Amino acid sequence: MAAPVYRASLPDANELARERRRARLRRFGGRSVLYSAASFFTLFAALPFAWMLLTVFKQNADLYDPNHNPFLYNSPPTLDNVRLLFEQTQYATFIRNTVFVSVFVVVITLVATVPAAYSLTRLAGRWGESLGIAIFLVYLIPPTLLFIPLSRVVAELGVRNSWWAMVVVYPSFTIPFCTWLLMGFFKSIPWDIEEQAMIDGYSRLGAIWRTVLPVSIPGLLTVVVFSLALTLHEFVYALAFVTSSAEKTISIGVTTELIRGDVYFWQSLMAAAAIVAIPVAILYNLFLDRFIAGFTLGAVKG
Amino acid sequence: MSTSAQVVPVAAGVDRRRYWLDREGVLGPLLLLPTVVYIIALVGFPLVLAVLYSVSDATVGDQSLDFVGLRNFRAAIGDGTFRVALRNTVAFTLVSQLIVMLLANLLALVLSADFHGKRLVRFLVMLPWTTPVALGVLGWLWTLDNVYSPIDYAFRQMGLLGPSIGPLRVDNPVSDVVRWLGLGSVFGTGSNVLWLAQPALAQLSVLLVHVWRTLPLATVILLAGLTAIPQDVKDAANVDGAGFFRQLFYIRIPLLLPIMAVAFLYGIVFTFTDMTIPFILTNRGGPVDSTQVLASWAFIKGIEGGSLGEGAAVAIFLFPVMAGVAALMLRLARRTETS
Repeated sequence: MAAPVYRASLPDANELARERRRARLRRFGGRSVLYSAASFFTLFAALPFAWMLLTVFKQNADLYDPNHNPFLYNSPPTLDNVRLLFEQTQYATFIRNTVFVSVFVVVITLVATVPAAYSLTRLAGRWGESLGIAIFLVYLIPPTLLFIPLSRVVAELGVRNSWWAMVVVYPSFTIPFCTWLLMGFFKSIPWDIEEQAMIDGYSRLGAIWRTVLPVSIPGLLTVVVFSLALTLHEFVYALAFVTSSAEKTISIGVTTELIRGDVYFWQSLMAAAAIVAIPVAILYNLFLDRFIAGFTLGAVKG
Repeated sequence: MSTSAQVVPVAAGVDRRRYWLDREGVLGPLLLLPTVVYIIALVGFPLVLAVLYSVSDATVGDQSLDFVGLRNFRAAIGDGTFRVALRNTVAFTLVSQLIVMLLANLLALVLSADFHGKRLVRFLVMLPWTTPVALGVLGWLWTLDNVYSPIDYAFRQMGLLGPSIGPLRVDNPVSDVVRWLGLGSVFGTGSNVLWLAQPALAQLSVLLVHVWRTLPLATVILLAGLTAIPQDVKDAANVDGAGFFRQLFYIRIPLLLPIMAVAFLYGIVFTFTDMTIPFILTNRGGPVDSTQVLASWAFIKGIEGGSLGEGAAVAIFLFPVMAGVAALMLRLARRTETS
């Protein structure tokens, strides 16, 4: 690399001013490139969601006219489409099923992952980390490889074609992922607090309950959020195991039941998608750093 | 450790069972048991079953596993649609992930700078990853609609699409510039592009949505890597007078390579095994199977068609790539552990 040039004498005032102007120009150029790149990426990422939200409140006569500017409301916005979604479709049923599935999956995930992650970080010694990575890799086994044999498993368990099928199957990806996330949390908690509790006469389990769990509340919350998010994101298993509309969850209910009719009610369809997608995105975004810390396998210590 | 060992006998005097549970050799496996049993039952066992199905004649009607050798694989490979699906899966994965790597580096560069509204931009840019994929793809289905696509409308207003003569010709300053550049009606003289109705464009659309979906993931992984570059390295580069591009090519990219590999591997996992995007966007791999992929073809054969053996045989083709990715991932994890 070139060594910096040292001047023999101090630069005169004119030269300094010229240099400052040049620097300002370069800075302005850099800023405009930065802002245009940011706008481009934002537009690319958010376009379908923007169009989704615009569509929700449009009247039929306004939306279904190719000569109307789609980015404006040519007729006043309306809430009729949202009303139609709740009153004349099974959307409310889909939401109810999704809530049931989510609650069960979150509870099962918590019950399984908290002891497992504790055991792997505190009790398994040097095997813990390797076993933890192995369990995390299970998360990467795709549903598209497993749905055929699992459809048999689900049928044998007698939960085929019911939302219980999802309660049974979804922990197969939430548990591996959340065990790994929690391991990161437990690793950051110092040994001393459990040791102190055990010196004070608590058993190991008592010490976990009274000292480790209270300080891991952010970690437990992360598990709740991600088992919820992964449940809401899932599409393939739900599509493979559930065919009767009364048992469907949102991600398949919206895409298979509402879309199949002869007439597409795009506004209601987009409302159905946006009502779920936006809150999930906000929740996910709050915990994104945790997600990435897990995904980079500890390769990056932030 | 030594302190707890001293204390245990005292506690044991109070309760024998507690003593037994305090032994690490007992408690450790006991706490791990539910998770391991669950994973073996609902991932390990099905994985074995998938292989068994692929060499059996099982159907939804008759689920008994009679060994038929490689008949399912021969039948699958002999099918023209399978070969299209295999080619599409590989092409979608490789092309989309190469584009994603390029764009993710740019986007990570943008998001590592300071500017107004950065938090909002980050939230919006992450949307494709943070929202349920089926619902996001539904948004694209409507955005690329054959008649009402807002993209088509914008193209028409810019003169990129639509007739250049006659009463339907659009005239405004932008379209004048576009025509002067020789780009008038590059997307056709019809009123719509028909993104999802023609094989080539449908493939392009699926590819685009794959890029859209995995770009945020790659970007945040790279961002995490960027923050891990030690400040003194950057300071040293600044003192030495290294400019933006010199720093980019001699410091950022070399130091980011391992984490770029991680992002690339995840991208491969998620695109190679995906069936949601063609299933919803092009209505199960259409038009005429031109966007069919392995995963969706396995679904159509195995679940919808009810021939479990053949479906499983198609899905097995996902396995070598998954195993390769897992092995590479382990190597990367081990390398970072030792360093």
